[in-house]
Amino acid sequence: MTMTLADLVPLLPLLIVSSTAVLLMLQIGIRRSHKVTVVIALSGLLLATVVAVLMMPTMNQQLTPLLIIDQYSLFFTAVCCAAAMVIVILSYPYLSRLDDDKDEYYLLLVIATVGAIVMVSSNHFVSTILGLETLSMSLYGMVAYPLHSKESAKYPLEAAVKYLVLSAVSSSFMLFGMALIYAQTGTLAFSSLDSDAAVSLSDSYAIVGVLLLISGMAFKLSLAPFHMWTPDVYEGSPLPATAYLATIGKTAMFVVLLRFVIVTEALRYEAVMIVFSLIAVLSILAGNVLALLQNSLKRILAYSSIAHMGYLIIAVIASYFATSTISIEAVTFYLLAYMIMSLGAFGVASVVSSSEKEFDLVSDYQGLFWRDPWLALIFTGMLLSLAGIPLTIGFIGKFYLFFAGVESALWVLLLVLVVGSGIGLFYYLRIVYHLLLPAPTRPQFPSAANENLGAYGVLTILFLLLLLLGVYPARLMTLIETVAAFI
Amino acid sequence: MILVALIGILFLGGVLAWLSERLDSKLPRVIALAALVLDLLLMLTLLGGDSADGSWIVALNVQWLPRFGISFHLAADGLSVLLLLLTAFLGIIAVGSAWIEITERSGFFYFNLLWTLAGVLGVFTALDLFLFFFFWEVMLIPMYFIIAIWGHENKNYAAMKFFLFTQVTGMLMLVAILTLAYFHYIQFGFFSFDYFDLLRVTTSSAVEMWIMLGFFVAFTTKLPIVPFHSWLPDAHSQAPTAGSVILAGVLLKTGAYGLIRFAVPLFPVASLNFAPIAMALAALSILYCAKVAFAQTDLKRLIAYTSVSHMGFVLLGIYAWNEIALQGAVMTMLAHGLSAAALFMLAGSLQHRIHTRDMRDMGGFWAKVPRMSAVALFFSIAALGMPGLGNFIGEFLALLGAFQSNLPMTVLATFGLIFASVYSLWVIQKIFHGEYSNSKFNDSHLSDLSRRELAYFGAMILGLVWMGMYPQSFLDLTAIALQGLLAGTQELVSTVVQN
Repeated sequence: MTMTLADLVPLLPLLIVSSTAVLLMLQIGIRRSHKVTVVIALSGLLLATVVAVLMMPTMNQQLTPLLIIDQYSLFFTAVCCAAAMVIVILSYPYLSRLDDDKDEYYLLLVIATVGAIVMVSSNHFVSTILGLETLSMSLYGMVAYPLHSKESAKYPLEAAVKYLVLSAVSSSFMLFGMALIYAQTGTLAFSSLDSDAAVSLSDSYAIVGVLLLISGMAFKLSLAPFHMWTPDVYEGSPLPATAYLATIGKTAMFVVLLRFVIVTEALRYEAVMIVFSLIAVLSILAGNVLALLQNSLKRILAYSSIAHMGYLIIAVIASYFATSTISIEAVTFYLLAYMIMSLGAFGVASVVSSSEKEFDLVSDYQGLFWRDPWLALIFTGMLLSLAGIPLTIGFIGKFYLFFAGVESALWVLLLVLVVGSGIGLFYYLRIVYHLLLPAPTRPQFPSAANENLGAYGVLTILFLLLLLLGVYPARLMTLIETVAAFI
Repeated sequence: MILVALIGILFLGGVLAWLSERLDSKLPRVIALAALVLDLLLMLTLLGGDSADGSWIVALNVQWLPRFGISFHLAADGLSVLLLLLTAFLGIIAVGSAWIEITERSGFFYFNLLWTLAGVLGVFTALDLFLFFFFWEVMLIPMYFIIAIWGHENKNYAAMKFFLFTQVTGMLMLVAILTLAYFHYIQFGFFSFDYFDLLRVTTSSAVEMWIMLGFFVAFTTKLPIVPFHSWLPDAHSQAPTAGSVILAGVLLKTGAYGLIRFAVPLFPVASLNFAPIAMALAALSILYCAKVAFAQTDLKRLIAYTSVSHMGFVLLGIYAWNEIALQGAVMTMLAHGLSAAALFMLAGSLQHRIHTRDMRDMGGFWAKVPRMSAVALFFSIAALGMPGLGNFIGEFLALLGAFQSNLPMTVLATFGLIFASVYSLWVIQKIFHGEYSNSKFNDSHLSDLSRRELAYFGAMILGLVWMGMYPQSFLDLTAIALQGLLAGTQELVSTVVQN
């Protein structure tokens, strides 16, 4: 198959982000400037977001066997690029006091976004691995970035090495799973595995191949029992990198998982179904219970992300039994909601921290309500949304999940979801409670509203989105209903 | 539109009150008072309203989330209007009781107070089950803040317990609502959360029972009824006075309202089968909590347990499900709203003056604070069910109605009236009679009721006397609404019985 120029049009967002990376590299070679780097990265990502949004209504094309550019992938391309922009803006004040060169960080961030775009557009094992490795390789660098700062992000090197080793192992699990599947079916496309395919997997093969693949994915999504790395890596990495890992990294992987499960109908194998259910239950319980014991904000958010990924798996399981697309919509909506609230929560911590000194303990935020009410309000909003309280997007997201579960009659999983959310209230409210306590006499960190106007602005936008989509999500629901039909 | 205005005024007033704190720390309370008085006046216009289409006085129905068939459906009938009036009235009283007591961060306090009340107004008027659940949850977080920030010594524990109990059972209700909506989808082919659509859903009896239980647990946790009551004594004893007033006067009533409006009419057959158990729980609640109340030394905990005990009559009346019993339940809700709120305010004003709630330290206050003592005596005998006052009418009607449907439980429950006299009079005797004792506290601030306090206690006394002397004016207001609910379920039950 020869590619014409017209074939490149669907790839525009990917091409734009890739050329942004090239441009950044050239700019760094010519003259280093933190500001210019940020402006280039931002404009590239903004352009990609806009192009993806403009292309969304009309595009639906399988481009080479590797990539599918449909409304669903474009939706997440736009979301990932927008989130990357938010993280760039949050990184700027965070890194501004770093002694080392700061520019390569943005280069890594943009390359990681290229990987994320490939992943959300992938319906073939090859593009999955290519995207995943592009994303992960860049993330190792981002996690270890403030290596030489004195006090900072306590253990960036430890976190990076831990993430590197475990991530490589999980990738090899996935590769082995893919190889086994290839050995029997002879193709690497997801669609080759569905129930009407010419050569379908025998049960024993499916158990080994698909389960290896799923355990690799579960590692990247930090689902229990593959979650051990999460709290340590979250704690050790600089805050903006943690935010990237927690939002874009997870979302891209989850889109691949969803597409894989839907297209291949992997859940028709009983073993896969059991494993998925166990993973969901374990993640919800382990994540929520272990979060109770933490004092570090990053570790709490790490465990809570384990639980949230568990909630999402319920909707994935529901998609197998459901006749409508509501469970796919539930996953889509919740991923978006999770992205907004995580970015917000990490963003608040990032705004008051810098690469030299991170404020990570819950007690650091004591009395924030009376010192910096606006920031505290944003933080409270994000936490309540994570807990699923009305007026926030998290509530609508949870409503979607419940609906998906009820539609497929997953009563046991729903009960676990109720219990998990109940436990979750404890640690979210504990942080809120600390925000409300009287401020200590000596403030831990200065109010930084004047220095970080950009970051404050972004957080405000996230907060308004959180409320708007929590009260009037009808438009977004219609959009998601349309894009979900494509998967 | 008027219903949106009622809720909107409180939401907006809350925000304004918060912002106005920057100008002057006394401005928030004025704004809160103005918002609530405006609401009360608007509600009074509903009273003369003509109920043209059936029993609904006003209604509003616009699409909200079409994907799930969720609409923004608010409506009020006589029952709702009466509870709306109670909410606004007690809201004003709560602002009055916080007038002096809340000095720190008053802006945020009145913000939370108004938002809680806005959620309650939404609960009393929502006719879309998603919207209902939405408001049900909206009132929780501000209440959590009220207890957690302005509460007493053990506030974090109490606030967390309150939140967990109501939130987790709320989730169960959400699952029940979704299941019901899903059955509607199966039977009629489209999603809807509308009350009238869901009324038409029929399910097998086992499923109906499970869904009904989801609602029942959420509502009886809020009411509360043994064994879901243990959050209430903690929440009440730790909350600031205004918080207790709202909790006892209004928030508990949302549970009863939910049972009357949703739990029974949506699941008439399951409710009929479940009624003996519900009434047994009611009787247990009445007797057990009356006994436990008697063992308390903390004044606020004592009143909290009596609240649970009195709410037992409401549950008894609701599950008797005939007109007299329902009228009784509604009257009890209103009268208890006033009497319990007043008792909590008295306890709160005592605590404000002498900084203790421990009854063992108190005694012989009559000589020192005669007006407060007289007021306390009035509300105590109102609460124990003295004929001529509102509580008597409510509890008597509830028992009269329940007598027709479940004799043994009614007889048992009636003993609650005797226990109520015992603990009420015991409290009066302990605190206000006997030797004056001030060895355990500093009584330099123990002053009698001020004019402001007399004004709002006077208003509540008037209300209770009115309810007791001329209850017909309230019964007329709710009669049409309750008859409508009864007729709807009887039709369904009789068709099922015939089949």
